[in-house]
Amino acid sequence: MPLLELKNIARRYVMGTETIHALRDVSLCIERGEYVALMGPSGSGKSTMMNLLGCLDTPTAGDFLLNGNHVREMDDNELAELRNREIGFVFQSFHLLPRSDALHNVELPLIYAGADSTQRREQALKVLAQVGLAERVHHKPNEMSGGQRQRVAIARALVNNPSILLADEPTGNLDSRTGEEIMALFEALWKQGNTIILVTHEEDVARHAKRIVRLRDGLVASDEPNLNPIIPAQA
Amino acid sequence: MRFWQEIREGLIISFASIRANKLRSALTTLGIIIGIVTVTLVGTAINGLNNAFNKSISALGSDTLYVRRGSWFIDSDAEWQKMRKRPPVTLDQVEKVSRQMTLARAVAPFAITRQSVSYKNKNSSSIVVIGTTEDFVNIAGNSVASGRFFTSLEAAGGRPVCSIGNEVATNLFKGEDPVGKRIRVGNQTLEILGVMTKQGSFLGQFSLDNQIIIPVRQYISMFRREEDFEIQIRAVSTEQVEEAKEELRGIMRRIRHVPPGVEDNFAINQQEMFIKTFNRVGGTIASAGLFITGLSLFVGGIGIMNIMFVSVAERTKEIGIRKAIGAKKRTILLQFLAEAAGICLFGGVLGLMIAFPLTLVMNQFLPATMNLTIVGIALLVSAITGVVSGFLPAWRAARMNPVDALRSE
Repeated sequence: MPLLELKNIARRYVMGTETIHALRDVSLCIERGEYVALMGPSGSGKSTMMNLLGCLDTPTAGDFLLNGNHVREMDDNELAELRNREIGFVFQSFHLLPRSDALHNVELPLIYAGADSTQRREQALKVLAQVGLAERVHHKPNEMSGGQRQRVAIARALVNNPSILLADEPTGNLDSRTGEEIMALFEALWKQGNTIILVTHEEDVARHAKRIVRLRDGLVASDEPNLNPIIPAQA
Repeated sequence: MRFWQEIREGLIISFASIRANKLRSALTTLGIIIGIVTVTLVGTAINGLNNAFNKSISALGSDTLYVRRGSWFIDSDAEWQKMRKRPPVTLDQVEKVSRQMTLARAVAPFAITRQSVSYKNKNSSSIVVIGTTEDFVNIAGNSVASGRFFTSLEAAGGRPVCSIGNEVATNLFKGEDPVGKRIRVGNQTLEILGVMTKQGSFLGQFSLDNQIIIPVRQYISMFRREEDFEIQIRAVSTEQVEEAKEELRGIMRRIRHVPPGVEDNFAINQQEMFIKTFNRVGGTIASAGLFITGLSLFVGGIGIMNIMFVSVAERTKEIGIRKAIGAKKRTILLQFLAEAAGICLFGGVLGLMIAFPLTLVMNQFLPATMNLTIVGIALLVSAITGVVSGFLPAWRAARMNPVDALRSE
C-alpha cells in the first residue's frame, strides 16, 4: 500500500460567480521513504496540491488516501489529528511562534498529541540535537538566524515521527549557503528513512530530490525519477 | 489529561500575551478591576448591613414577645388612629398576664421616658429611663455586670433604687465605682445597685447602654404618666414561642374583655417582624446595588470582548500555525477562553487587592469584613465574565480555515 495515493483529484474554488479549477485531475502515488519534489510555476496548482497533501484542505472530487485513511470524508478535528500524527510541515517563512523559545516551539505538536511533559521534553531535546541546535534550545526565534529558525521548524516537523515531511519552499527565505545546509539536513533525514516532499518552483532545489513531479494548469505534466540528483556536501 | 495540558498551554500563552501587550492588557483589565472593586464593596456593605442588623436584632431575642396597644410597624394613618383609641395596657394587666401565663419564663412591664441625670457636677441629658420589674433582667439581652439588679420586694415597694447602663456609668463616673452612689434623675435621688453589661446600639440608631432602669412603682410615682405599658414576655423556649403567643393572646383577650369575633385591641410584636421588614427592604437595596455595580462589570466584559477580537485578528497566523501542527477547534477555543479568563481573573485579583483596604475603612462604620465567600464569588464572577465575553472571539478563532490563516500576514 502506498503511503500517499491520489486518484483523479480535483479541487475547485468558488470566488463570487467564478469557479477556479486549481486542480483538474491529478493522480499520484508516493511510497514510504521517497524523496519527491513537486514543481510548477505559480498558478500551476502547486500550493493547492501542497495544502491537500498536508491535509489542510480536502479535495472537491477524487480519492485521497494517506496511510490508508480516506482524507476526503474527514471533518476538521479528524484532519487536525491526522496532520498532528502524519505530517511534519516546514514552511518557507518558518512559521515559528515568536514568543516561545525553540524548545517550546518543538514541543507544541507533542502537546497537541497529549504526550506527558517529561516525555515531551526528552523527545524535543532529542530532535533539536538531531538538527544541530542542542545549544540553542532556550533561544527565541528573533534571537536566531534564518538557518537556525528553519532548523527549529524542521525539528518541530520531526518531533512526532510523522509519515511525511512536507516542505514548502524551505530555502526560499535563506541565502544560498544556508539553503544548502538545510538541503543537506533533508538529505540526511531522508537517508534515515523519512519520506520527504519538497514543494518548490526552483529547479536547483528540486534537483536534490530523487523524483520530480511537475504540475501545469492543474494537471500532472511530468512525473519522472531524477537520475542525477544533487547530493549536498555534508554541513 | 490532554484537556488539562491544553488548558495549561492556554494559560501559558495567555500569560505571555498579556506580558507582550502590557499597556493594552492593563487598560482592559482596568474595566474588570473597577467592576470587581464595586461589586466586592457593595457585597461587603450589604453583608455588613446584615451583620449589623442581626447583631442589633438579637437584643430583641427570638424567644421574646412584646405586647402593646399597637404594632411596631404601623402602615397607615387609619391604623394609627385605631390604635390610639384602644384602652391602655395597665400594670394590673401585666400582673394578670404574669400570673396566668404557663409558657412564660419571665414577664415584665416596660415603660420609658427621657430624663436628664446628674451626679455631683456632672450632667447627662436625654437618658432613657425604663420602668420595669425584677423580671426584666431575665428578658433577652439584659444582664448585670457589677453589683445587682433590684429585687421583687424593691420593685413592688417602689424603692428609690436603679441599675444603670454601661454608657451612663462611664460618662458620669470616670474611674469611680458607681455601685452604692446616688444620682439625681429628674427631681428624685436614686441609689445605684448595679451596672448592666454593654449591649451596643440598636440598628445603629440609639444606644442600649445609655439607660437607667428603675422599679416600675417608682417610675409611676416619679413621672405620673398615663399608665400604658409594653409587656415583655420571654417564652420558656424558642421552640414554644408560637404556643406562648397563642396562650398570651387568649389571656390578653380575656383580661381586656374582647368579645368573640371582634379583632384584638392589642398587638403582639416579635423579632420576626423586624426580620421580615428588613429582608424586604434589604433585599430590594441589595438587588438594586448589585445590579448597578453589575453593570460596571458588564462594561468591563465588553472591553474584554473587544480586545479579544483584536487579539484574535492579530494572531490569525499563529492560529494557522497551531492548526497546521495539529491543534483542534477545541484547543484553539480553550486557548482564547483561557486568555480572556486569565485577564479577567488577574483583574479580579487586583480588584480584590484594592477592595480589601477599602473594606477595612468601611469596617469603621459597619461590621463589614471581606469574607472568603465574597472573595470566591468575586473570582468566580470575573472568570465567568472572561469566559462569556471571550467566547465569541474565541469561537471565531477556532473556526478559522488553516489555509487562509497561514496565508495572512
